[in-house]
Amino acid sequence: MRRSVSIAVLTVTLVIGIGTITIGQNSLLASAQQKPETTEVKIDNFSFGPETLTIPVGTTVTWTNRDDIPHTVVSTDGVFKSKVLDTDEKFSFTFSKAGTFPYFCSIHPKMTGKVVVQ
Amino acid sequence: MKSKVKDEILYDHNHDGIDRRGFLKCMAWAGTGALCVMSGGVLKSYSLSRLPEMSAKEALGELSFVQISDSHMGFNKPANPDVAGTLKAAVEKINALAAAPEFMLHTGDISHLSKPEEFDTVDQILKSAKPKDVFYVPGEHDVLNDDGKQFLERYGKGSKGAGWHSFDKKGAHFIGLVNVMNLKAGGLGTLGHEQLEWLEDDVKHLKHSTPIVVFAHIPLWSVYPEWGWGTEDSAQALGYLKKFSSVTVLNGHIHQTLQKVEGNVTFHTAASTAFPQPEPGKAPSPGPMKVPAEQLKSVLGITDVNYVQGQQALAVVDSTLA
Repeated sequence: MRRSVSIAVLTVTLVIGIGTITIGQNSLLASAQQKPETTEVKIDNFSFGPETLTIPVGTTVTWTNRDDIPHTVVSTDGVFKSKVLDTDEKFSFTFSKAGTFPYFCSIHPKMTGKVVVQ
Repeated sequence: MKSKVKDEILYDHNHDGIDRRGFLKCMAWAGTGALCVMSGGVLKSYSLSRLPEMSAKEALGELSFVQISDSHMGFNKPANPDVAGTLKAAVEKINALAAAPEFMLHTGDISHLSKPEEFDTVDQILKSAKPKDVFYVPGEHDVLNDDGKQFLERYGKGSKGAGWHSFDKKGAHFIGLVNVMNLKAGGLGTLGHEQLEWLEDDVKHLKHSTPIVVFAHIPLWSVYPEWGWGTEDSAQALGYLKKFSSVTVLNGHIHQTLQKVEGNVTFHTAASTAFPQPEPGKAPSPGPMKVPAEQLKSVLGITDVNYVQGQQALAVVDSTLA
């Protein structure tokens, strides 16, 4: 398949470089090749999906708010913090260090998630 | 649909002044209009259909004020593409009340995204309301991106901390609390140590017979913690109010009317003027609930509160915008 050919030439650097504009494609690539894993987190129905995201070091993660209500993406340990995301707005952060990064929505703190960087 | 049960309830099985059946009945009326009167320690409730039969003294107090909530100016999704229009309808409802309210309480989420133009629009619309004084507490939507700086500049004159304040009207003591700041991951609304200390001091010297009205955005009782509908340290705040014989707590945030009586405290949440939210746990999330356009005004509303001096009575009446 053409897609798997393109996967083969994708480097992590490239994934970072193309950033948010081709996130949808990244997800497809990820499921086909498993590296890097999905770099998209969707906010739906007051929850982060997937709730736990495991990624290799250097991956850029993009959150998209698909609710009718604004949300934020705020690291519990102060590592990253988005502005308020209205419907369909996005926030991206590149994880350059390994570790576990819990985060939540500072407007609706019951909404929590974490990014595990390996 | 008309209820066939008796309109007046006077049971007090536990001899604690609380009528559990009365509480349930008020709950059942939520959204359709109910009047609940605390009088002599016994909760009496009346359906709005009985209001014309009641004496003016019963129905209208010496102090009348209105609570509005959750205007969400700037919201433009299908659940209500015209939140300015429904806020105007709320003002018309207020201006048509039989007993002209002396002032208004806005229990937060004035704006949807804390934008200056959203606050400006609300200010402009509320100017046409008969009551000229409005007391505000912020909702989480009013303190986005700037830790509430703009809210304080606009509405926080004379307030402490993030906007908490108190004032007296005709012998009743009003306390505006802020529970939308510094929210912690996984947690509920929070008052915080500094505000709790202020509250303890604020009520210390008041007589036990002073009627207390507390207003805050997020409910100060555990409505549905799974959706964040509660306040972590509300028990401590209510502890400072235990000595008072009449405490009325008015909240917003959940975009629907609910009432609960616990000991000396009557808890009440107001409808939104913008859009309804689902009943606790009845939907995958607490997001805006879309109803057919012709039904929208029947799930939005205002809350009218009357206090009869000397009777320890606070009557809370919800009216829809329909």
